[in-house]
Amino acid sequence: MPFGKASSGVAPGAFLPCSNCRKTIFAAEFEANLRVCPYCGHHHRLTWQQRVDVVFDEGSFVELDTDLRSGDPLHFPDYAEKHAQAMQRTKMRDSVVSGRATLMGMPVSTAISDFHFMGGSMGSVAGEKITRAIERGAHEGIPAIIFCASGGARMQEGLLSLMQMAKTTAAVEACRSAGVPYIAVFTDPTMAGVLASYASIADVIVSEPRALIGFAGARVSKQAQVSKVPDDFQTAEFLLSHGMLDKIIERKNLRTNLASLCRLLGGHLAAVEATRG
Amino acid sequence: MAKSWKDWEKPVLELDETIRKLQAIVDKETDPERKTELSERVQDYMRRRDAYLETRYSRLGPWEKVLIARAETRPYTLDYINALCEDFVELEGDRRFAADHAIVGGPALMDGRRVMVVGHQKGRNIQERSYRNFGMAKPEGYRKAIRLFEMAERFRMPVITFVDTPAADPGVESESRGISEAIAAAMLSMFELTVPTVSTVIGEGGSGGAIGIAVANHVMMQEHAVYSVIPPEGCAAILWRAAEKGAQAAAALQLTSDSALKFGLVEEVLPEPFGGAHRDPLEAAQTVGRAIMASLERQDKLSGAELKAERAARFRRMGAYAESAVAAVLAES
Ligand SMILES: [Zn+2]
Repeated sequence: MPFGKASSGVAPGAFLPCSNCRKTIFAAEFEANLRVCPYCGHHHRLTWQQRVDVVFDEGSFVELDTDLRSGDPLHFPDYAEKHAQAMQRTKMRDSVVSGRATLMGMPVSTAISDFHFMGGSMGSVAGEKITRAIERGAHEGIPAIIFCASGGARMQEGLLSLMQMAKTTAAVEACRSAGVPYIAVFTDPTMAGVLASYASIADVIVSEPRALIGFAGARVSKQAQVSKVPDDFQTAEFLLSHGMLDKIIERKNLRTNLASLCRLLGGHLAAVEATRG
Repeated sequence: MAKSWKDWEKPVLELDETIRKLQAIVDKETDPERKTELSERVQDYMRRRDAYLETRYSRLGPWEKVLIARAETRPYTLDYINALCEDFVELEGDRRFAADHAIVGGPALMDGRRVMVVGHQKGRNIQERSYRNFGMAKPEGYRKAIRLFEMAERFRMPVITFVDTPAADPGVESESRGISEAIAAAMLSMFELTVPTVSTVIGEGGSGGAIGIAVANHVMMQEHAVYSVIPPEGCAAILWRAAEKGAQAAAALQLTSDSALKFGLVEEVLPEPFGGAHRDPLEAAQTVGRAIMASLERQDKLSGAELKAERAARFRRMGAYAESAVAAVLAES
């Protein structure tokens, strides 16, 4: 199986094809390159642990809100089974992990969506964790950084999932009122109900290169369209050129760029100032 | 699976026609005895029609409610505004890019009170539908709404919204101009308000496009309206690769007003006239109007800060999850 399809359990000496350009990459080289293809530059999807390793200070991440458990309020067909399978496969409890970490010494609040868990979809638990992560930033006066990787709202929780869009938006309002910076990082993919709520109203929005980003599924958009659809439609580059993104940042530069933003925008916050020593 | 609300309303429409024709004869009849006799027959037809409507509409399934919510005879936002407002000045500009006719709004006088009304607007015939883009707003519609919300805040007017959209516009243009940002910003704008807010789902509450203008202190649904995270056909296409299983998906999604009330996601379900709002639009409007006014009366007692906090708290508690270390262990064992 190529890299980017199943990410774990690859022996260090192994070599596999890139799922984008099909060229053969050595596992060790792939890992050293932060899972970016050395030939085509494709940014392969990360698990939440890999994201923590790429961005935050080593050993600084502390997971919070670990006791939140999803319900099946609608008794939706096959939801309980699908959810249980996802838990078993990913060792996660839902699609989002939240907590505190430090970024080049600065304390931050964070939440990370993991696409490997039911497509990173946002139900009650994901919505609650993202809300708490943003609120924690607001209350503690530390920057909030949210990593998006989601197909959208989780339909198996029905209208409750739609309401997570408003709930997370309320948290952003609280963060703004508190004067605390909130940064959204779009990764592949950032779609639909997630894009149309907390993700799009961050103080700063950055994205990894070539991430898929859009409101409607590409199929729906193209069906609705009579004229030609641009080649780069619903990519990070498309959004950047239309003014919907602030910056595209390669994975290897994400850590330093995010740190600069936190230091510059959060310089008035006691917790950030203390780290300038 | 029914394809249209007309499938089960055919007997009603036929009875309506019979009653109309018979009534015309009654009106022309000069012989008093004959006139009484015919009138009684009209009454009898009406009783039969109403009995059918009552039994049929008391047991509408989720899919049938979807069809009713989409019915082209159902009253739309402008019908409610016309019925409930003594004065209404529509303001069309978004001050950014274009006029969007899928969302209408402006200041109005409702029951003697200054209010700002905003709502999705659908069309009834081909020309109107295209002019209203099937009630699917583009970024401009949400940006116009934001402008009106901000104006309401400046001039201390309650915000009244009517929700009736299949979805926000999914086209390439809308993506180019940031439909997602526009929806999110509209929600954010509503959270910032310190004036009373009331939203009513009058037809289709279609996912992000709906909640973009439904962040209110008091949210209501009409009895036969639907409110859903995804269109049932879209859900069926993803789950079962079969859009035609919309009825199954509608049931699974629990998109009806009683479900939304049960989950605490709306405060109130507004009863509709016999056979749905389209049978008696005026009565439907009066019910909606009374409920809006009652909520405004309650919200008037709160300060601006309290209104804003109440609205945030309302959405803050929404979600179905468990949280305890014990539950955690049980779930994983
Ligand atoms: Zn490659």
